[in-house]
Amino acid sequence: MLEVKEITCVFGGLVALDKVSFTIRPGEITGVIGPNGAGKTTLFNIVSGIYSRTAGQVLFSGRDISGLPPDQLARLGLVRTFQNIELFGQMTVLENVMVGLHTKSHCGILACALKLPWHLAEERRIRARALELLDYVGIADLADDSAASLPFGKGRLLEIARALALEPQIMLMDEPAAGLNSRETWELGDLIRKIRSSGVTVVLVEHDMELVMDVCDAIVVLNLGQKLAEGTPRQIQDNSAVIAAYLGEG
Amino acid sequence: MQRELLKFALFAALVLVVAPLYFQGGYILNVLVFVGINTMLAIGLNLLLGFAGQISLGQAAFYGLGAYVSAILTTTHGFNPWLAMIFAALAIGALAFVIGFPILKLKGHYLAMATLGFGIIVYIVINEYVDLTGGPSGFPGIPNLSIGSFSFDSDMKNYYLIWGATLGVMLLAINLARSRIGRALRAIHDSEVAAQVLGINARLLKVQIFACSAMISSLAGSLYAHYITFVSPSTFGFHFSVELLTMVVIGGLGSIYGSFLGATLITLLPEILRTFHDYDIIFYGALLMIMTIFLPGGLIQGGTLAWNFLRKSWGGKGGADA
Repeated sequence: MLEVKEITCVFGGLVALDKVSFTIRPGEITGVIGPNGAGKTTLFNIVSGIYSRTAGQVLFSGRDISGLPPDQLARLGLVRTFQNIELFGQMTVLENVMVGLHTKSHCGILACALKLPWHLAEERRIRARALELLDYVGIADLADDSAASLPFGKGRLLEIARALALEPQIMLMDEPAAGLNSRETWELGDLIRKIRSSGVTVVLVEHDMELVMDVCDAIVVLNLGQKLAEGTPRQIQDNSAVIAAYLGEG
Repeated sequence: MQRELLKFALFAALVLVVAPLYFQGGYILNVLVFVGINTMLAIGLNLLLGFAGQISLGQAAFYGLGAYVSAILTTTHGFNPWLAMIFAALAIGALAFVIGFPILKLKGHYLAMATLGFGIIVYIVINEYVDLTGGPSGFPGIPNLSIGSFSFDSDMKNYYLIWGATLGVMLLAINLARSRIGRALRAIHDSEVAAQVLGINARLLKVQIFACSAMISSLAGSLYAHYITFVSPSTFGFHFSVELLTMVVIGGLGSIYGSFLGATLITLLPEILRTFHDYDIIFYGALLMIMTIFLPGGLIQGGTLAWNFLRKSWGGKGGADA
């Protein structure tokens, strides 16, 4: 599904990622974990086209996607969410999801400005679909609220709904549980499983080990820019190198 | 949707019916025609600045190019003015599209500088290419627009013509703002990265809206040239780009009706401040400072606040708010 091949990323003199390779299998939930500064978010930013890599390749369904811009990746079916939810604060909750449906609609500037009939039909279709998505993540009742007014946990759900609007094949989630309380985290775990069972492959960077061990089918451990281990949650928990990285040599 | 249309119809009625009844002609009507031209220009800039969040200090250049292309094609080469106007808008839109790709890669101050540079280049070309443009002494003898034997030769006729065009642009802009394109532009404004991650080709969309904005400015320029029948470079200098920016910011970023309020204020202000001669610039500065500190949402925000206050204190039922 997604193959990361010897990705290296150097910022000035700092090697953020050093020949990291792993493969993500379709239909699985894969967790990318590691101590702070391990290079997890850098890896996400490279895969999603926001940073450019120094060397290496990213293959998506066998196609080399390294170096493609984020909007093109999104249209290919690779979407991501952000650690500090990037909502469009000036818009309503519903409008945020409707922006996510941008690639699912096609009217150009002229059709929109002239309010041509097919534009109106498309607008209705997008609105209905956006409501469905809000319902899917459980915040349909907040549709007309300002996105900026949402509590953080609901904002996270909105960001997920907005990403799902693209009907992605693979969804990268950067610390989805950050800032959530334990009840919200538990519900998030359910939602992530629900997303997986709808056919979307999920990759998450996460610090909340309980969530990772609970929902992930596979785990990749990074430390200081290098891959430390890879395996099932069970294998990772028993891996002495991983334990050493997290708790210090002992 | 219905309410939006009603609001627009009310506004159009006010502009097209009430205002000309009240101001029969002469000086004030002339000023009101300029309010129309400036409203159109402000809306053009607002699409770019208020929606997409991209600054342009070169709008006066597109305005000037529109005016001069119309002037030269009709007066020197005898083209039909309507065709010349359409040709000018398309050609200047295409020009903006081409220069937009490199320019709109820049952000913030750098984008401001690049568009400023473009504005200055156009100004210098208009000023120096004397054979074509008449240079600093201007370009006289531009014909009025006409349909058959009916010529738009009075302030009143031009009032209807220009406000008709402005209302048309306004309606298109309102529609655009409430569409997927408007949402995508606001998304780019809020967070370009987040917009891109959602599959929006931010670069292309910014360039497209830049071209639209240039076309609107060009149209305003053509109408101006045929109304005044004389153009000179000083109208299209850097100072006017700044004035346009002031209209959009004072009126309210991202509000189409706000652009009208801003354009009205900034067009009328010099007429009111005429007695202060050169010191009027102090008023502009003070106004901009006061507005950005106390009313960052612009006049439209002030209007909404005042409306809500009145509605509350009178306890009456509300109509369409601003």
